[in-house]
Parts: sequence; structure tokens; C-alpha cells
Amino acid sequence: VTAPAWHRPASVDEAIALLSELGEDGSVVAGATAHTLLRKQGLVSPSAIVDLGAIDGLDGIVLTPDGGLAIGALATLRAVETSPIVRERAPMLAHAVGRVATVRIRNQATLGGNLAHADPAQDPPVILLALDAQVDVAGPDGRRRLPLEDFFVDVFETVLGPAELLTSIVVPPVPATSLVGYEKFLPRTADDYATVSVAARLDVEPDGAVRDARVALGSVASVPMRAAEAEALLRGSSRRDLPIDAVVEAVTAAVDPVDDVRGSAAYKREMAGLWTARLLRRLAAAPPVAA
Amino acid sequence: VTPRAEAPSAVRLEVNGQARELTVTPDRLLIDVLRDELGLTGTKEGCSIGVCGLCSVLVDGTLMTACLLPVGKLEGHAVTTIEGITGPDGALSPLQAAFVRHGGLQCGICTPGQVVAATALLAEVPQPDESQVRDWMTGNLCRCTGYYGIVEAVLAASGATPGELDMRPPLDERPLDPGGHDRSAHADAGHA
Repeated sequence: VTAPAWHRPASVDEAIALLSELGEDGSVVAGATAHTLLRKQGLVSPSAIVDLGAIDGLDGIVLTPDGGLAIGALATLRAVETSPIVRERAPMLAHAVGRVATVRIRNQATLGGNLAHADPAQDPPVILLALDAQVDVAGPDGRRRLPLEDFFVDVFETVLGPAELLTSIVVPPVPATSLVGYEKFLPRTADDYATVSVAARLDVEPDGAVRDARVALGSVASVPMRAAEAEALLRGSSRRDLPIDAVVEAVTAAVDPVDDVRGSAAYKREMAGLWTARLLRRLAAAPPVAA
Repeated sequence: VTPRAEAPSAVRLEVNGQARELTVTPDRLLIDVLRDELGLTGTKEGCSIGVCGLCSVLVDGTLMTACLLPVGKLEGHAVTTIEGITGPDGALSPLQAAFVRHGGLQCGICTPGQVVAATALLAEVPQPDESQVRDWMTGNLCRCTGYYGIVEAVLAASGATPGELDMRPPLDERPLDPGGHDRSAHADAGHA
């Protein structure tokens, strides 16, 4: 087996130029955790690797003018988890990212790599969907910004073209009156992939009315998914009387899990409903949010 | 694009304080380079998929996974292995000495990784509580000890003393116990 050519471009533009020439032969690595596992399993065998590790300035975590967050694609999961501004502005993002594997892996894996890997069992995409995150993409035809929801196509597959890079993750400001939570169901070990994970956000009015809602789930479909019907049921309800039974029914109908070592499809379907209900009850019981 | 790395090329990095120029293909994994090229066999390979923690190393002081780390990523970086944690004269670090004194090992295969991981913890959190130790060390599996001795060793190395926390005295201060491993007695003594 011939070793792949190893390229270390110094800038995003240089990386895009390289990838444009390499076409389908080029494979991008950031932290190289998931990519190395895929190589070991023989699922990818690129003839050239474009290592983004020499690109400076793509790992920053900054406040945006509107009070949201812009996270460089090369920020490690550990950097996101421990960032004071992430903990202040989006504490559930810090929490959920901190649930990935172990600190040893989070020190190496990056947020951009985590999303571009498009593994539906990962934690970060689920909380980011609930927070209406967007991603910035750079490629030969320029730059574009799209909702994270439109980014995932299938297992290990995104909308990124062969010469496109995810450069930044943008998290809009979370309203102070929003209730946000993340649950990761781990029946095996603390460092495992979720059997089922769920993130929810309830934007609550001072009188308890739910103005808007997000319900996102992981490990239950070919992509990290939002449960649109469940969100519609929650929208316009009251936090004091959430339509939990109907939401559970909607979530159970929306998910499409597969049998694997973490549970049968039927079990995961039931757990998706159950953990959504638990999360919503916990959010509803949280102390009243300040207006 | 000229394929320039299909043949071995030079990767420059620092290993245990020493500058190295390695002639390897950049996709070679650090675990293989350490063991097969540099003869640093203190770093073990267990699961090979990033789960078990046997191959824990420090990169620029940060805890990482040598079996998931292509050496091409390490150009210009500094790697510390268990051999770099032990003094050049073979003297144990205070943490290593605590592992010995508190029985934080049995068969020993996971021990280099445990020590490297705990070294990183104490560098970041000099006085962790027990839950911080357990949480951090989740990534280092041990199939012999049940983790009691490991957690106690890390706490002891941080300056914690038995009585202050859920810790037994070190092995050399324990009364001889003909009954052997009586965990219930320990639990009663610790949380009466």
C-alpha cells in the first residue's frame, strides 16, 4: 500500500487550490481522530491527505456583533467546552461538546471536523441544530453560509464539494429567556456514542407561553435531525402544560433508527420518545426565567 | 500538484526534550513511530481505536492519543512519553511514586497511559477532587485494579491526604489484612 501524499497548506485559499487539483483523490483532515479510524477500517484510502493543522487563525472563538458566537472550524472540542464565552453565551453547547468521548479525544478532535465527518451519532450537531447554528463554507466558487440543518446529507456525507471547506460555525444569540437542554442516553460506558441523544430549546415568554421550540435528535437517523412536528406541537403551548404525550408520539414517528450494538431500532425509537419527554419535563420544571 | 510524500520524508519534532528528524511517511501513526523507530516502548498499544488510553502521550503538554495521530501532524511539535516523565536517571516522578505507594497498578500494561493522563490532569488542575479525577481518567481503562488505587494515587500526588477524602492509607501504612480485598470494610471506614 502506497502511503498518501501529505500536504500541509498554510491558508484556506491554498487548501482550496490543492483540493481543486486533487479532486476526489484528496481527503481533508483536521484533528485526524475520526479520519484515522476510517482509514484503519479501510473505509477511506485517499492517495493524498490535506492536513489543515498548519493553517493559523482558524481556531478562534469570538463573539459576533449581535451577541452570538463564531467558532473557527479548527477549534478543538476541548477549547469549545472550556471557552469562557461559550460557557457564558451557550452553556449547553459547552456541556454537550464536553460529552464527546474523553478529554484525550476532545483535545485533538475539532468542531469543524466533527461536523464535516457527518456521523449521526455525534453530540455537537444535535445541540447545534437546537441552537439554529449556521456554517460558513469556503470553496473555489467563493464563500457561502448555510443553516447546519441543510449541511448533512447522509451518514458520513455532507453538502461540501470536493474542494470545499467548512471554515466557521456561527451560533446566533440564545435569548435569555430560552430553556435549553441536552440529554445523552449512555447505557454502556461514559465515553460511548449515544444510543439516543436529544437537545431541546424552548423560547419562553414571561407568562410561560412557548413562543418557539426546537427538538433535535442524534443516533436515530442517517443524519442528525430536527423533529419538526414535535416543534410545531410545542410552539404556542405553555411551559406549565407542555403537550408531552403528543410530542413523544411525534418524535417516535419521526425517527428512523437502525439496529446496532447500542440497541435495536425499536428500542431506540422508544428511547427517543422517552428521553425527549424527560428533557422537556426537566426544562419545564426549571426555575422561571428572568424576562 | 506534485505528490511529494509518497516516499518517506523528513518530519521534524521534539520527543522528550530531544530534537528529532524522522524519515517516515507522514501518515505513519505516532504509536508506531515511537515504538518501532525510536525504541520508546513505554507507550503501549491496546485497542488501536482511541478508546483504551494505553497510548496516551502529551503533545505540547496536552493529552492525546498516539494510535490516532499521524506523525505528519506533529511537524514542529513536542511529544512527551512516559519515558520523558520519568527522570533521566530513572527517578520516578512524584505521581509515579504515588502509583507505587497506593497500589495503582497490577499487571501494569495500562500504567504508562494512566500516568501520562494523570500528569496532564495535575498540570491543568493541581488539586482535583475525586470526581474530577474519575471524570478525567474515564479515557484510561484498567482491567485489574478496579480504579481505587489509581484514583487514590492521583489524589495523593496532588497533596490530598487519607481522611480528607475517600482514600485508604498507602500500602506501606496499611495493617496487614489476612482477609485480602475487603471493599465493604473500606467503604464503612471511609463513609461511616
